[in-house]
Amino acid sequence: MSKVKITINGMPLEVDASMTILEAAESAGIEIPTFCHDPELTRAGACRICVVEVAGARNLPAACTTPVSEGMVIETESERVIKARRVNLQLIWANHPQDCLTCEKTGSCKLQDYSYRYNVTGSPYKGETKVHELDDTNPFFFRDLNKCIYCGKCVRKCYEVNGAGAVEFMYRGFNTKVTTAFDVPLEESSCVMCGMCVDVCPVGALTPKQGLHNNRPWEVKKVLTTCPYCGCGCTYYLHVRNDKIVGITPNFKGPMKGHMCVKGRFGWDFVDSPDRLKTPLIKKNGEFVEATWEEALDLVAAKFKEVRAQYGADAIAGLSSARATNEENYLFQKLLRSLGTNNVDHCARL
Amino acid sequence: MTNTINEVEDAKAIFVIGSNTTENHPVIGYRIKRAVKKGAKLIVADPRRIELCNYADTFLQLKPGTNIALLNAMAHVIIKEGLADEKFIQERTENFAALKATVEKYTPEYAEKITGVPAEKIIRAARIYAKAETASILYTMGVTQHTSGTDNVLAIANLAMLTGNIGKPSSGVNPLRGQNNVQGACDMGALPNVFTGYQPVTDEKARTKFAQAWGVELSAKPGLTVTEMFSAAENKNIRAMYIMGENPYLSDPDSSHVRHCMEQLEFLVVQDLFLTETAKYADVVLPAVSWAEKEGTFVNTERRVQKVNQALTPRGKAKADWQIIAEIGKRLGFDWNYQCAEDIFKEIAALTPSYAGITYERLGVTGINWPCPSEDHPGTPILHVGKFSRGLGRFSAVEHQGPAEEPDEEYPFLLTTGRVLYHYHTGTMTRRSKGLKKVLNEELMEINPDDAKALNLQDADLVKVASRRGEVKSKIRITDRVPKGIVFMTFHFKETAANLLTSSRSCPTAKIPELKVTAVRIEKAN
Amino acid sequence: MERRRILLCAGTGCISSGSLGVKEALLKELEKRGIADQYEVVTSGCHGFCEQGPIVIVHPEDIFYCRVQAEDVPELVEEYLLNNRVVERLLYKDPVSGEHIKNHLEIGFYAKQLRRVLRNCGVIDPENINEYLARGGYEGLKNALQLSQLEVIEEVKKSGLRGRGGAGFPTGLKWEFTYKAQGDKKYVVCNADEGDPGAFMDRSVLEGDPHAVIEGMLIAAYAVGADEGYVYVRAEYPLAVKRLRLAIEAANRHGFLGKNILGTDFSFQLKIKEGAGAFVCGEETALLASIEGERGMPRPRPPFPANAGLWGKPTCLNNVETFANIPLIFRLGAEEYAKVGTERSKGTKIFALTGKINNTGLAEVPMGITMREIIFDIGGGIKGGKKFKAVQIGGPSGGCLPEEKLDLPVDYDSLTAAGAMMGSGGLVVMDEETCMVDLARFFLTFTQKESCGKCTPCREGTKRMLEILERITQGNGEDGDLEMLEDLAVTIKDTALCGLGQTAPNPVLSTLRYFRDEYEEHIYEKKCRAGVCTNLVSYYIVPEKCVGCTLCARNCPVNAISGERKSPHEIDPSVCIKCGVCYEKCKFNAIILK
Repeated sequence: MSKVKITINGMPLEVDASMTILEAAESAGIEIPTFCHDPELTRAGACRICVVEVAGARNLPAACTTPVSEGMVIETESERVIKARRVNLQLIWANHPQDCLTCEKTGSCKLQDYSYRYNVTGSPYKGETKVHELDDTNPFFFRDLNKCIYCGKCVRKCYEVNGAGAVEFMYRGFNTKVTTAFDVPLEESSCVMCGMCVDVCPVGALTPKQGLHNNRPWEVKKVLTTCPYCGCGCTYYLHVRNDKIVGITPNFKGPMKGHMCVKGRFGWDFVDSPDRLKTPLIKKNGEFVEATWEEALDLVAAKFKEVRAQYGADAIAGLSSARATNEENYLFQKLLRSLGTNNVDHCARL
Repeated sequence: MTNTINEVEDAKAIFVIGSNTTENHPVIGYRIKRAVKKGAKLIVADPRRIELCNYADTFLQLKPGTNIALLNAMAHVIIKEGLADEKFIQERTENFAALKATVEKYTPEYAEKITGVPAEKIIRAARIYAKAETASILYTMGVTQHTSGTDNVLAIANLAMLTGNIGKPSSGVNPLRGQNNVQGACDMGALPNVFTGYQPVTDEKARTKFAQAWGVELSAKPGLTVTEMFSAAENKNIRAMYIMGENPYLSDPDSSHVRHCMEQLEFLVVQDLFLTETAKYADVVLPAVSWAEKEGTFVNTERRVQKVNQALTPRGKAKADWQIIAEIGKRLGFDWNYQCAEDIFKEIAALTPSYAGITYERLGVTGINWPCPSEDHPGTPILHVGKFSRGLGRFSAVEHQGPAEEPDEEYPFLLTTGRVLYHYHTGTMTRRSKGLKKVLNEELMEINPDDAKALNLQDADLVKVASRRGEVKSKIRITDRVPKGIVFMTFHFKETAANLLTSSRSCPTAKIPELKVTAVRIEKAN
Repeated sequence: MERRRILLCAGTGCISSGSLGVKEALLKELEKRGIADQYEVVTSGCHGFCEQGPIVIVHPEDIFYCRVQAEDVPELVEEYLLNNRVVERLLYKDPVSGEHIKNHLEIGFYAKQLRRVLRNCGVIDPENINEYLARGGYEGLKNALQLSQLEVIEEVKKSGLRGRGGAGFPTGLKWEFTYKAQGDKKYVVCNADEGDPGAFMDRSVLEGDPHAVIEGMLIAAYAVGADEGYVYVRAEYPLAVKRLRLAIEAANRHGFLGKNILGTDFSFQLKIKEGAGAFVCGEETALLASIEGERGMPRPRPPFPANAGLWGKPTCLNNVETFANIPLIFRLGAEEYAKVGTERSKGTKIFALTGKINNTGLAEVPMGITMREIIFDIGGGIKGGKKFKAVQIGGPSGGCLPEEKLDLPVDYDSLTAAGAMMGSGGLVVMDEETCMVDLARFFLTFTQKESCGKCTPCREGTKRMLEILERITQGNGEDGDLEMLEDLAVTIKDTALCGLGQTAPNPVLSTLRYFRDEYEEHIYEKKCRAGVCTNLVSYYIVPEKCVGCTLCARNCPVNAISGERKSPHEIDPSVCIKCGVCYEKCKFNAIILK
């Protein structure tokens, strides 16, 4: 890989010639704000918040799409850059609901973060604002187009990663909006509800219904774990608050790159289903009766011993589980085999 | 999988057979679609016009149970047109002559008669697969759930070896595992014939190793498979059963038979999150915890061992499965003293060469693909590089054999079963998720418009579906996803349990039941 | 027997003013009189003087009849064809001298033009490839195919040709980049998505001389190594699409398109892709996205189309007029071609003259001509003898130039330096009755509506600029508005994704630069000197001039005018809605704007 010498904020750097300014800056630990950039998606260059000043350039190029070149001198936080970012933030502000106090996204909203960073407290531009009805037709997330900042990540994620292509930009000018073909509610579109759009939305335009009003980022504990559904093995962080799951963040650094499907992304609420078994049960006279662990376990052990003594170990069989962990499967077969039988199997064949 | 999930995206050709990937393995489905967008050619072989067909260069709509004829015909074309990888065959395989002799008669025209796939499509598919720089085969239960399941897989392996598409990136033979830890359960020896890491119970050395480590005597006689267990229960050869986290009443074929067998047991313990249809027949029910309430590891379909971490405290008095098993073990007099899941994992690593180098600490946020023989080994994303694990790859000459049951006058339709995107297995988890339930909460049996017309059926009508083993009532969805004469049902819904209909006849080697082919009769219900 | 040739213009302009009816009448009349075999009636492409259409030219004398209607045909045949008496009333009448002019080259509109790209337009039948061939058609291609690819590119570089689509990028350089780009497949694409309001030079070329464009694309394809091409043309140009389609078919039949062109190894197939009317699709990356079937939205550059264009392959993209220049270079030779023009802008440029000008239409002029010559000589000056105020050049992305810039030579660099741009060549002339603030508002309305919505500054910024301009023209302008406009304009120019966004503030910036006082009058004095901004004007009846005819009162839609018959009337400003009807109706110039 050929290298080029560049200067960012006065710091001389040698970076891969294939890098964008954004990547080069990141490699040097310099953070440039972005809304529309996602490393695995087509580079859109849409939001223009990442513009930087390049010596000799007529205008301010977008860091996320402009490749570095030999001798490039870049300023990422010059006065001209900050002014441009402020104006663009103010333009977004002028057309965005000011309900941060109660917005689901507060605390993990990029618009909020950058407004804070560049001290944008409001907008001098007064005029028309968009008015869209909240789309809550699908069971998993809200679509509030009033909060959309048109970064287009949902569009690209849906088309480029999922392949569903359920949403696209529609109309032009100020009336532009991100919506489904023929502008029908999401539920009637080709959306398969994987929720990957929700996970990349930088603002509160797409927010999950699960954990509503209970999912402030600073109040949740995030626990990395692996999805219990199919064999893809997607990993994600469970958001936990007061011993309840209130949400999910995919593991973007994991092998599945943060991709998810509807079951994994939203289908975890069975954990607190009222149907959950809370205590051991022993059947007495055809009816289940609640029992203590001691009673139940003693009974199981006694029965296994009895059957083995009377009919031999091979009269016992065990079905292990493709849903349980390795450790549990291991212990299960160890139990059966220690009893003296190889009668152990699971539903791999189904 | 011989290769990893992400490699699919860079394959130049992808052959998907018997896998409705976008619904059953959505995240792998994404990668197939991405590969096509990058220019890969996709071949789809399936009785149903699944979503992937929209992306396919060639769609081979074969009759259920005719995989071998199709695969052998592709091999025939590859050999005949000189597209085989002679060097690979020479250096890395054996028994090629037998394969060549067998596939000789499988001309595309001959296969067309069996499979219903036009000969020119078979030729086209064979050329695409053989000519691509890298070609990956993905398959699932559409291949294995047949009485000829093992031979189907061997026929797939033949294709890969014939073209040298194994042991290199973005190629390989890739079964997609349907459940989160089915790979792990197999790795851990939850199988009647092997200990962990596929060490045979019949191998004395292995047995001695485990016997010493565990401090017990071990049986050398392979045990029974699931379907055999139930028959044995019926014959009173099995008296007590311990079922952990499974729902065979709904998931296994011929449910009424399964139920009958369970009723013969003297003692049944079921350990689960919910009082499942199976648990209702138990003598003792032990409450287990969900994945979110415990620690451990899962292995995904690409052999990647990944961490499961406890996020919640156990609900009610429920306990982790390993804790429950450990408690039972102690009561049976074994000297077990596990404090945490990691203690167990260390024991696994010590006894399993392919896991020897894996520790919890090393798993991090990305996990490790086994084999990982030592702590300085990075793991093995691609199997069979340079050399097969058995040495030379062996071609297997396999012949087409029809399914055990075919439609006839009395049962004129062919029922095939599977899953849909919004539900999982027997629905114990997904049908307790509010959102998923809202999207779909009942069976909608797929039936072709022509068939529906002949039976005078409208969309969402209720029909009676009957096989030689039982009958269910189900709503229908009229769609050309299924061809004429074939209907499709899931096994997610207990109200319309499809496995009341299916047959338990299975592949003699792998003992996988033929869930993909059942002859049924359909009539309008009132 | 040599037949006399009668040329009937069948460009879109003349067709809409009735030229097809004229043709029918003419054929019928000739038939009726039994002289049909003596005349060859040919429909041609556009003459550029659409305002005077339908145009009929009789050869060999080259008599230029204009505004001919079907009912004029019998007279024309009887008088001129049979009796050789020129029908004076159908000749062009000079607006200044009032003289009737017979020959079209003597008409001021044509006298200062240099019709090189348009040389066949209005002269040949565009649906007949033989007429193109007879005028040296495809000679350029034959010459080019004798050269190596690099020699072709060198020749284009030597000609000094720059892109006629707007930015004026050197064409030869663009071809060289495409030639050098790595790729197993390359494309040549012609941008015929002419979207600037009032501009129609590309349409006229496609309608009048489609083979010239095909020939230019062929030479480009040969030079860069492309074997496939697209013409992206607006679906609103049905006639252009039709003639282009016929031309492609004919070129295929004659072996100019297809496999092994003219017996060489060079093959090229050409397809038409019709655009659906989005202005932004004239931007090259949006155009490519549209061909690919995606929504027409610009993509970031780099990569430039020369390296990664259509379907990611190297693509040479030029507009219609640029391609139409190419055959010329290879017929005349680069040196001869470059004799016309200025140091850094070679050749000719076609302008679409519109606005408050006597002669509207298409004019092809040598680079370096002054704006004054275009407006006053070719354009015949301002309509109604009014005073010139400004000229808007370069379409919605261009700028307005005032009187003092009229002697500027018209070339890429001078125009840009003056705050305008060549653009595609739209030229709108304004007189003293045009409000410059309102004009800026008009163009912003257009760009805002046509913004693709992708980038923040263009989507949101042009909207806010437009709102400020609306506020000012409605009399609600405030102190600080101009600074806010300038702030926004700078940020939009600095940060917008594509050329459309980056140039969208130009009409505002250039009017602010040359007519700032008009803005200030609107804001601080609540006054619109042109009388256009209705909220800022009031109508007043001068009692001395009013004769009390009551015409104004009878036509006022809101009954704001009162007064006795034969005595001066009065307008009640609290009722008046400033519709201007009274102003137009008054025959005594008694109503004035204040």
